[in-house]
Amino acid sequence: MSFLTYLINGLSLGSIYAIIALGYTMVYGIAKMLNFAHGDFIMVGCYIIFSVSAALSGNSVVGIIVAIILCTLLGVTTEFVAYRPLRGAASPLAVLITAIGVSYLLENIALLIYGADIKSFTSVINWEGVSFAGGQLKIQGVTIVTILVSVVILIVLQLFINKTKQGQAMLAASEDKAAAALMGIDVNKTIALTFAIGSALAAVAGALLCSAYPSLSPYTGAMPGIKAFVAAVLGGIGSIPGAMIGGLVLGIVEILSKTYISSQLSDAIVFGILVIVLLVKPTGILGKKVQEKV
Amino acid sequence: MSKTQKSNFITYGIVIAAYIILEVLMLTGNLSSHLKGLLVPMTYYAVIAVALNLCVGILGELSIGHCGFMCLGAFSSAFFSRATEQIIPTVPRFLMAFIIGIAVAALFGFLIGIPVLRLKGDYLAIVTLAFGEIIKNVINSFYIGIDSKGLHFTMKSAMDLNMEKDGDIIINGAMGITGTPHNANFTIGIVVLLISLFIVQNLVNSRDGRAIMAIRDNYIAAEATGINVTGYKMMAFTISAAIAGAAGVLFSHNITTLTASSQYFGYNASIMILVYVVLGGIGNIRGSVIAACILYMLPEMLRGLNTYRMLIYSIVLIIMMIVNWSPKVIAWRKKTFGGLNLISILTGKKKGVA
Repeated sequence: MSFLTYLINGLSLGSIYAIIALGYTMVYGIAKMLNFAHGDFIMVGCYIIFSVSAALSGNSVVGIIVAIILCTLLGVTTEFVAYRPLRGAASPLAVLITAIGVSYLLENIALLIYGADIKSFTSVINWEGVSFAGGQLKIQGVTIVTILVSVVILIVLQLFINKTKQGQAMLAASEDKAAAALMGIDVNKTIALTFAIGSALAAVAGALLCSAYPSLSPYTGAMPGIKAFVAAVLGGIGSIPGAMIGGLVLGIVEILSKTYISSQLSDAIVFGILVIVLLVKPTGILGKKVQEKV
Repeated sequence: MSKTQKSNFITYGIVIAAYIILEVLMLTGNLSSHLKGLLVPMTYYAVIAVALNLCVGILGELSIGHCGFMCLGAFSSAFFSRATEQIIPTVPRFLMAFIIGIAVAALFGFLIGIPVLRLKGDYLAIVTLAFGEIIKNVINSFYIGIDSKGLHFTMKSAMDLNMEKDGDIIINGAMGITGTPHNANFTIGIVVLLISLFIVQNLVNSRDGRAIMAIRDNYIAAEATGINVTGYKMMAFTISAAIAGAAGVLFSHNITTLTASSQYFGYNASIMILVYVVLGGIGNIRGSVIAACILYMLPEMLRGLNTYRMLIYSIVLIIMMIVNWSPKVIAWRKKTFGGLNLISILTGKKKGVA
């Protein structure tokens, strides 16, 4: 029974990684950049929920909505101010370093406003959860909600990308920007939309992450951000189902190795899985292999 | 003297001149103790920036786990120094510590290079990040002690070492290594920096270096002309790891308590060094040294501004990247200033190397 509990906890953590990884993978797929600041959008989302809930004496629903809106704005603004000027720069590293600058900036703004001490985050989900087999198997409310939310997001995103015009425009722009522009697609607008969706997802992920692990500091988003990135690469970066699979694998491996092997080594095992998968399949689980032409 | 030779000597000259100026300032008492404490870190960050530039700029493979190699060099050499502190006199011991640190980092660079260099682009980058984190995590769970019976090793806890009473725990898990002798100083740091500059600059201007750069520019074309792509990639990566190991030796012999913490050896630290390399000019060795020194000192100099210093640093970083790299800004600058800019004057290159 305890194994099942751990497995479900792993699924829940994996779902959070998956939601973050979706944002990563979409932005990478279309803008071909590693947005190192993505993890910090999570942190910003958490602090917004924290502040709004405190101001409205515990009304977290409004907090989540405000956080999603503000994170979306933040994502679009960041893209416009910091990343767009560097599109077409001589080296792809330029925008990577700028993303790191944005990450430092957000962390330090949070540090100035809220201080370095860890804030205790009140869960946005006030549901005890359910228990099976006479209380032997207890599943927390936050776990169930997290898994459900991630499934809903995955389905909605798949429908959006495959059924709507904007979604098709995203696919086209990620394949070939110049050709997409010739077909009348506004590439800049499409990239901005991708950032908006990715950042909104980061806010949702932040709410779930801090509900499950209720300690909030300016560096809250950094490690989940990196792990979600690993998840995105594991699943095949640019692929939406891949991000989901990668996130779930990572979450389950992390919780199980923490429980059964060593909490000290769990991160090493998580990263080890990535190395092994990439050695067998160099473009990730669901990644497409691109032939290089001479 | 050829043009490249001249350029190399200018680089050594800048390092030596900076050394003399700082030494004079130190002897005349014009350097605060805070600044004195920053000199050795400045040298090892310059050394690892040179190492990373060999990997990113010359070989053209993005590595965001180079601090892992620094970590290996630091821990292996500190372990040796601590274990033999009573047995071997300082000078040969420190030399041997260097050899061990460099050898261990190079060995792991070679071993990690075998799988990593099969990958390409961002996949390669994320795997280097993964290896950097793995190294840090594994070292964090090492417990090694020494007593009359010999070496004891476990990955569980200090109690599991089952040591004799006279035993001495050298690596104590996440608490790391305490009491490594302080053998590194500014002069040694500068010597190490000069040696690594000598190695990298001569490599770049050699037949091997040209082969490596050919692989960077177009590996298919390089392969077609008969260059052993895997071999040269491994060579550059291993040398880069070895130099990073040397930086680690300086690191561990300049600090009382050595821990494999994220602050010094995590991906964030590796990224910070990547920032030095990119701002100094990718592929420009001299630029890396200058950028590492300036950018390491900048946040320290801003300490008076207290909480605002990292905020200012991040804004400066974003603005510098946009000013230096944005195609529109570059076009505007060319129109107004005729192609001159501060970085190109400092580093002596007319055109940025992509």
